[in-house]
Amino acid sequence: MCTTMKKRLDCNSLNPGAASAVSDEGLNDSNRCQTVGEPLLENPRISCREIDVFYGKKQAINSVSLDIGHNEVIAMIGPSGCGKSTFLRCINRMNDTIDSCRVSGSILLDGQDINRPDLDVVLLRARVGMVFQKPNPFPKSIRENVAYGPKIHGLARNKAELEEIVTTSLQRAGLWDEVKDRLDEPGTGLSGGQQQRLCIARTIAVSPEVILMDEPCSALDPIATAKIEDLITELRDKFTIIIVTHSMQQASRISQRTAYFHLGDLVEVSSTSQLFTNPKHKLTEDYITGRFG
Amino acid sequence: MTKSMGSDSSTVIERVERGLSRRYRAEKRFRLIGVGAIILSLFFLVILFGDILIKGLPAFSQTQIKITIFFDPERLPLDKLESADFEALVKSGLRSMFPQVRGRRSKRALYKLVSSGAAYELRKRVLHNHDLIGKTKDLWLIADDELDLLLKGDIARVPGGRFNQQQLDWIEKLERDGNLRQRFNLNFFTSGDSRDPELAGVLGSLSGTVLTLMLTFLLSFPIGIGAAVYLEEFLKKGRFSDFLEVNINNLAAVPSIIFGLLGLGVFINFCGLPRSAPLVGGLVLTLMTLPTIIISSRAAIKAVPPSVREAALGLGASRMQTVFHHVIPLAMPGMLTGAIIGMARALGETAPLLMIGMVAFIVDIPKSFNAAATVLPVQIYLWADSPERAFQARTSAAIIILLFFLILMNASAVYLRRKFERRW
Ligand SMILES: Nc1ncnc2c1ncn2[C@@H]1O[C@H](COP(=O)(O)OP(=O)(O)O)[C@@H](O)[C@H]1O
Ligand SMILES: [Mg+2]
Repeated sequence: MCTTMKKRLDCNSLNPGAASAVSDEGLNDSNRCQTVGEPLLENPRISCREIDVFYGKKQAINSVSLDIGHNEVIAMIGPSGCGKSTFLRCINRMNDTIDSCRVSGSILLDGQDINRPDLDVVLLRARVGMVFQKPNPFPKSIRENVAYGPKIHGLARNKAELEEIVTTSLQRAGLWDEVKDRLDEPGTGLSGGQQQRLCIARTIAVSPEVILMDEPCSALDPIATAKIEDLITELRDKFTIIIVTHSMQQASRISQRTAYFHLGDLVEVSSTSQLFTNPKHKLTEDYITGRFG
Repeated sequence: MTKSMGSDSSTVIERVERGLSRRYRAEKRFRLIGVGAIILSLFFLVILFGDILIKGLPAFSQTQIKITIFFDPERLPLDKLESADFEALVKSGLRSMFPQVRGRRSKRALYKLVSSGAAYELRKRVLHNHDLIGKTKDLWLIADDELDLLLKGDIARVPGGRFNQQQLDWIEKLERDGNLRQRFNLNFFTSGDSRDPELAGVLGSLSGTVLTLMLTFLLSFPIGIGAAVYLEEFLKKGRFSDFLEVNINNLAAVPSIIFGLLGLGVFINFCGLPRSAPLVGGLVLTLMTLPTIIISSRAAIKAVPPSVREAALGLGASRMQTVFHHVIPLAMPGMLTGAIIGMARALGETAPLLMIGMVAFIVDIPKSFNAAATVLPVQIYLWADSPERAFQARTSAAIIILLFFLILMNASAVYLRRKFERRW
């Protein structure tokens, strides 16, 4: 009880001249907070409206509305447990795999509702790929790792085509030169950074339109991180990339827009340069200046 | 100030040191206890195996007597060869070796030195090769079980017990003339059960075991894995899945005799399947091993890291593709280990098979799933219960064979686990 009240107050105290707590609460009879900045776009690739996510009775995301544009890299930042991963997993319906999880609201991908009953989740996940926090290559050879997606979706008509997909995917993931002589060795034998790039190659082998990345660099050293960041910048002209990151430097290096989440609320969305230099919301400012997080 | 600090810190170190030696002592004590426990269990293991080996190894050799046999054409009419009196050939052979023996009583005592299996042996040879008829041959024929025991030192060479003075003299003469020998007891591996210990073998019960276990494996492995996969990967967690879990765990702990009663009631009395058959035995053992296989397979599936499932699902694999392409291959070593351990338990199971009549005395080697059969542990039970002394050694020998198969199965479990194991 007490915590929700406090959240409500925090959430609605805009940075310039935070008004008195009492009047604020009085004004707001719902506990939903208004996102500041520019969450909505003209011609979005993905548009999310009033997304609520519950784990059992516990609400993890409160009415988040957000548009994501074509060929943009959007970064999601925020303290641990604020629902970044949960929101990301809504977009390819990975939350379906969790029994207790319920998602409501509408998510349109290229104008089509992804929660439509007649939309096959297999098709959705072929269009929206995902890279996870911990590199998770299959315990199979490097070639099989990359070829698995195209195989199950029937993207290659013959062996040569499949080999072609494997090669180009590894090339685009910047891994080709390092692994071209050992495609039949296990993917799990690579270094952490190579494994993560293998996972990216595996994802782009299906030629998705959107790539979701959940803290893809958090388990990597700075050099491997730099390689992945370069890769993301290169992939931008082909894919829309949504990346959750813990590092604000990373967000400012690779993203055009940044979204700041706080306890399940989307607090602020602005262009990256603006969010980091001139945050509109007090919570954002507190977070980026390191007062909590 | 600094001084007190210094003395303080030195006492801290001293205290740590004192604590350290105590910790070392505790660790040493614990290790000693551990080593002691292992030595104790090894000791009992050595006693168990040693005892069985000492008792069982003599059964792997068998005494034979050399007898000169005349394949008398008068006694072997070609048209009635099947029913010819081959025992008479053995008897006349014996009489010609000891021509001084007179009187029915003495003759019967003489005939007792040779097993009734000798006549079967001659019959087999003649039926196989008609040219033998009319010839005279020196043949090594199987001796009686009590003569065998006497030569192995299990029966004292004093008159009045199993043998009288006359018989002991004959035996001595046979030994002097080099007409007695010990050979590997091949018969033990090629025959079914028999009332005569020297003719009894394990092949019947071994075939019964193989048939029963084969059926058990063919049924329980796929069903068990299927059930485990469904329970772990597809069934929603909730009251119902908890209920199933508790009940499967209960089933795993149900005494095996109850499965036997169930088999008797359902498979034999209700379904009308044949008694004493590997078919019913396999079904009963399947029921018994299923819970074990399900539990260990579920554990193996649970141990597959969720990141592998996420990776496959994230690429757009369906649940079934995820399970069949990734989860089952990774869980296979654990599943196989569980299945083989379940099978090893089934191999040694006796009680439920008694209930469904696999305890009958069966001479023929079972060749199909609905032929009457028994299994190794039941054979052990039957022989252990037999009054003839020669069955003692055979009981232990059968135990050695059972243990050999147990070790083989457990070793193959280790091998398969190593082979299928992949790191992630
Ligand atoms: N599988 C789950 N079951 C129950 N609660 C969950 C689950 N996953 C996440 N949560 C809860 O949802 C909230 C948001 O989690 P998450 O999206 O993982 O946060 P973030 O990625 O921002 O650190 C947290 O409070 C977390 O405890
Ligand atoms: Mg997260």
